[in-house]
Amino acid sequence: MKINIIKHRYWYFLGSLLIIIPGLIGLALWGLPLSIDFTSGSLLEVQFESGKAPQPAEMVALYGDFGFDSPRVQTAENNIIIIRSKDMQQETKQAIVSEMETRFNSKVTVNRFDTVGPTVGAQVTQRAFIAVCLAALGILVYITFAFRKVNHAFRYGVAAIIAMIHDILVVIGAQVFLSHYLGWEVDSLFLTALLTVIGFSVHDTIVVFDRLRENSLIYRRVSFEKIANHSIVQTLDRSIMTTFTVLLVLFILALFGGVTIRHFVLILLIGILSGAYSSIFNASPILVVWENREWKTWFRGKKTAESSAQ
Amino acid sequence: MQRKYTFLLLILLLVVIAVLVDIPKPPEAFNTVLGRDLQPILGLDLRGGIQVLLQPSEGFEATASQLEDATKILENRSNALGVSEQVFQVIGTKYILGEFPGKTDTDQVVSILQQTGLLEFIDAGDTPLEPGTVVATDFTGKGSQQPSVLPTVPAEAGTAPVATPTESVIYHTVMTGADLNTVGVTSDSSDPNPYIAFELNDEGAKNFGEFTTNNVGKYLAIVLDKKVVSTPVINSPITDGKGIIQGQYTVESANELATILRFGSLPVPLEVAQSTLIGPSLGQDSLNKSITAGIIAFIAIALMMILYYRFPGFIAVLALAIYILISFAIFKLIPVTLTLPGIAGFVLSIGMAVDANVLIFERLKEELRGGRMLNQAIDLGWKRAWLSIRDSNVSTLITCVILFWYGSQFGASIVKGFALTLAIGVLVSLFTAVVVTRSFLHIALDRSKFADHPKWFGL
Repeated sequence: MKINIIKHRYWYFLGSLLIIIPGLIGLALWGLPLSIDFTSGSLLEVQFESGKAPQPAEMVALYGDFGFDSPRVQTAENNIIIIRSKDMQQETKQAIVSEMETRFNSKVTVNRFDTVGPTVGAQVTQRAFIAVCLAALGILVYITFAFRKVNHAFRYGVAAIIAMIHDILVVIGAQVFLSHYLGWEVDSLFLTALLTVIGFSVHDTIVVFDRLRENSLIYRRVSFEKIANHSIVQTLDRSIMTTFTVLLVLFILALFGGVTIRHFVLILLIGILSGAYSSIFNASPILVVWENREWKTWFRGKKTAESSAQ
Repeated sequence: MQRKYTFLLLILLLVVIAVLVDIPKPPEAFNTVLGRDLQPILGLDLRGGIQVLLQPSEGFEATASQLEDATKILENRSNALGVSEQVFQVIGTKYILGEFPGKTDTDQVVSILQQTGLLEFIDAGDTPLEPGTVVATDFTGKGSQQPSVLPTVPAEAGTAPVATPTESVIYHTVMTGADLNTVGVTSDSSDPNPYIAFELNDEGAKNFGEFTTNNVGKYLAIVLDKKVVSTPVINSPITDGKGIIQGQYTVESANELATILRFGSLPVPLEVAQSTLIGPSLGQDSLNKSITAGIIAFIAIALMMILYYRFPGFIAVLALAIYILISFAIFKLIPVTLTLPGIAGFVLSIGMAVDANVLIFERLKEELRGGRMLNQAIDLGWKRAWLSIRDSNVSTLITCVILFWYGSQFGASIVKGFALTLAIGVLVSLFTAVVVTRSFLHIALDRSKFADHPKWFGL
């Protein structure tokens, strides 16, 4: 039995597109709800005595009395209510909490109170973007350097970056749907998860590329496609084993690690899966496409592209 | 042959040190060497508390040194809160981050931070006071008492401080910073040094006029939060509420004094840009849960490694245990503030530590299948896997550096903590994979014959 991954490369590219495109459409339609970390505003998490937690509508009314239009109210386990609104002063918060206590006749514990002013929010967003670009650039430079002994070292870097962008898009797409249907926001933890995925994605890709580097120095007369496929298959055991271990850890964190990081962990899960997929089914196939300059045949019908892949 | 035992000794030594650091009550010797208590430092999200990000008020710019100064002043002020572990740091180019573990009252913290320092003008009599001297004054915070005290005290206060040490003297407060209307720095041709010009409100002008008329030639000390800042001489009575302070000032020192007069102690007025409050119960809950998750994850990984890789898997589990001991010891030594994402990053790095072992074992298997001797297979497998391990981990480290930088810019200590724990995790995993796993494999297997026990290797 011989596994040929390179042969079916266009099917795998198609698979990626089928995941990424709906995410991009969702992004265009619904956008991403940014948390107060990136915009500005206040988040108040309060806990009521058991059975005394008010309905969201009552909370909206209470906030309305203090002049806050359309706060977003979310209920959680253990009589916890989370309210997001425009940013408020400390005094206002105190007044609101004591009003809650009288109106709903319960002791109110403040679990969290975050306020972010508008200037910080704008800068955080901007720097986040710069952080991702810098990470990509750093990795590109490193790979080009580490692979300097093989032909076209630069291509390896670019292919790794494309695989990385693939994973970023998958994660953002997943977040778009999670935001739309479950109301999850993009916060600084999401950003941390995204950057971790970037690290892992490249980590996985490099392990395959490293094998490709080693093999291409040994088998100089074999076609690049064959070497690429051979390298992927050789590292398949390791890829599966490592991905499985990391996923196992993430599942355990999601199950036992508490609510606060569940969102973070789920995003990581999706990203790591995507990273494993892209390192096996996208990164090396891209190198093959580049080696064969297949784009020349892309517009002459699919048949030609397939036959050149034999 | 002997080298592997040297390594074994080194590893054992490291483990012993790590264990000593890790245990809840490390030996006294560590505390003395480090000069601090060797306790794990928990982030706000795990212990509850308040985080406040301050920035200069709108329309103000602050230099790096001004921010540093403000940080020190804020530290002094927040001592009033009774928290011993508050931390202030300058973040990026315009923010100051304050963290107050265990606090739950944001209003109290913010109001203490935003208070202006108490600025007093005291009657120093005939002796100038050294800047920095701590003095006691008769000002109690209620402004109404000033006028009534004025006529009687100057006479005795004028003579008393000459002989007596400063601590025992209670100086009279002539007026406070609240009476200042405007303060500016000017210079003209009559004086080579710049001087500070100020204007008082009506009440201040009246008090100050009376006092200066009676005390020409004596010293008037400017005191901030009971600490002497400067002691100018009263050259002439100031009755119209407009005065100047002259002295050997440079433009810089004049500006500094003017700023103090204007804003109390802070070099720039600060406002709250962001504040976060995490309740203590939420933090404790998160901590317990992540520890549970960590233990379960370790057991699951251990089972998986042993079932799949058999004997080498067992070695990997040993290496992993050592990895955890060393990493945690480093967290305590640096010290790294453990946050929730930080712990997540650490648990995740266990996954990456496993990866290094997996890479080595897969290569080992390949070499064994290729018919190599066990001894050679270990060396070759390790050597071939090394490049992958190195390159993949360096790329993760690059991401960590960028994340750390990003986290430092905004006091996003969450992101920073995650990046730091992941980076330490990656570095230690490199060490355990390269040194520990390899030495253990050699020590355990060099003398055995692989051919007798293929099942040990899952082949």
